[in-house]
Amino acid sequence: MRYSEKLLDHFQNPRCVGEIPDAHAVAEVSNPVCGDVMKLWVKVDGGRIQDAKFKAQGCSAAIATSSYATEMLVGMSIADARQITKEQIAEALGGLPTSKIHCSVLASDAIRQVLKGF
Amino acid sequence: MRPEVLAAMMSVFTEHFGNPSSIHWFGQHAKSLIDDARKHVAKLINAEIPEIVFVSGGTEADNFAVRGIAAKGGHIITSSIEHHAVMHTCKDLEKQGISVTWLPVSRDGLVDPDDVRKALRSDTVLITIMHANNEIGTIQPIEEIAEIAAEADVYFHSDGVQSTGKIPIDVKKLRVDLYSMSAHKIHGPKGIGALFVKKGTMLKPMVTGGGHERNRRSGTENVAGIVGFGEAARMAREGLANEMPRVSELRDRLEHELKSRIEFIHINGENAPRLPNTSNIMVDYAEGEGLVISLDLKGVAVSTGSACSSGSLEPSHVLTAIGKTPDEAHGSLRFSLNSMTTDEDIDYTVNILPGIVERLRELSPYYKKV
Repeated sequence: MRYSEKLLDHFQNPRCVGEIPDAHAVAEVSNPVCGDVMKLWVKVDGGRIQDAKFKAQGCSAAIATSSYATEMLVGMSIADARQITKEQIAEALGGLPTSKIHCSVLASDAIRQVLKGF
Repeated sequence: MRPEVLAAMMSVFTEHFGNPSSIHWFGQHAKSLIDDARKHVAKLINAEIPEIVFVSGGTEADNFAVRGIAAKGGHIITSSIEHHAVMHTCKDLEKQGISVTWLPVSRDGLVDPDDVRKALRSDTVLITIMHANNEIGTIQPIEEIAEIAAEADVYFHSDGVQSTGKIPIDVKKLRVDLYSMSAHKIHGPKGIGALFVKKGTMLKPMVTGGGHERNRRSGTENVAGIVGFGEAARMAREGLANEMPRVSELRDRLEHELKSRIEFIHINGENAPRLPNTSNIMVDYAEGEGLVISLDLKGVAVSTGSACSSGSLEPSHVLTAIGKTPDEAHGSLRFSLNSMTTDEDIDYTVNILPGIVERLRELSPYYKKV
């Protein structure tokens, strides 16, 4: 299975890249399977995610799923954000090859971790 | 595949379609084509013609050599950087009760012949050490290991799939008993290879039947494949003198230019004798699969030892064996050049890679610009 156009677009033109110096929460997760890393910053206001930015060191699927998930977070309520699943992210990007499904865990783990304190 | 190889193979499909085992004239013509091909393959490694046994590829050649010798049981000595075809065959034999010693390699990917000597046991039946590594290209001290094998009266197999056609090979000088080759690594077709079996070697056949290939490997011959292999071997032998030195210069220029244009990169096996066409580069703060996909989108096809790109999700066992951490292996890139690689290909690659690396590093939470 090949990567979809949408996934390659998020890999080549990732959204929401960067750091938020005055973030309300930051999480860093690494993938226990392959070693990919994602760091996620969020600003929260009134139960809603006001801003989100990420950095990642990993394969094209890891970068694309991080980009897609971070973009999705902006403007979302914390309650809704907690419901985001790895399957949802993978599906939105046109699915992932079997051996790459674990890559989508990175973004969903990061979201869960960054929202822990809220 | 080279066009000359295809042309030779096409004639087998369209004109010379006889079964080489048949005694009618078109069967005998097919047989004479196989004889010619065997001569070219033998010549490429300075073997005697009857010492070449055609098989389905490098993997079968490795299986045949290792299983064929170990059929009587005993102990095998091998290295920790073998191709999967040898590594998984040895692991399978371990499950069947054969004991295997896995020798370590240096940071440059070389086996120490003294380690081979120390690993010898009274029941050692086979030493199998690859000639050149498929990922980093390092060339093992085969002659020294062969001498140890000969003194101990132990069979010596070397997987020559990567080295054949890339460096001059003389099996008489190397003193190997068994040597694996694959056609598609030298611009021949896939699905055909050969095992050099030194005269007098006691090797149990794996494929039994009608007694083809002097009873070493039964089954009606893949005539087109064999003919293609023969033509590829003939051309590879010609290319050793004039093409490979040029490929080696291109590889050196690729590495030199990349090192001068990109910070924090390292060449694996740099201080060891290496094949002229292989370059394995480690890029810090970037991941290999992402680099491969980025290069692929710009028309450059390379591979990586990153766990992210392997079906098994394990980092390359070769990079791990030369002391690299999974994190380091994560950013590895393997460039394979060949006689068709041009100066322009190298220019293009060294021009686009720095930007690709920079882009991925900008995304990394660990990379800080100095």
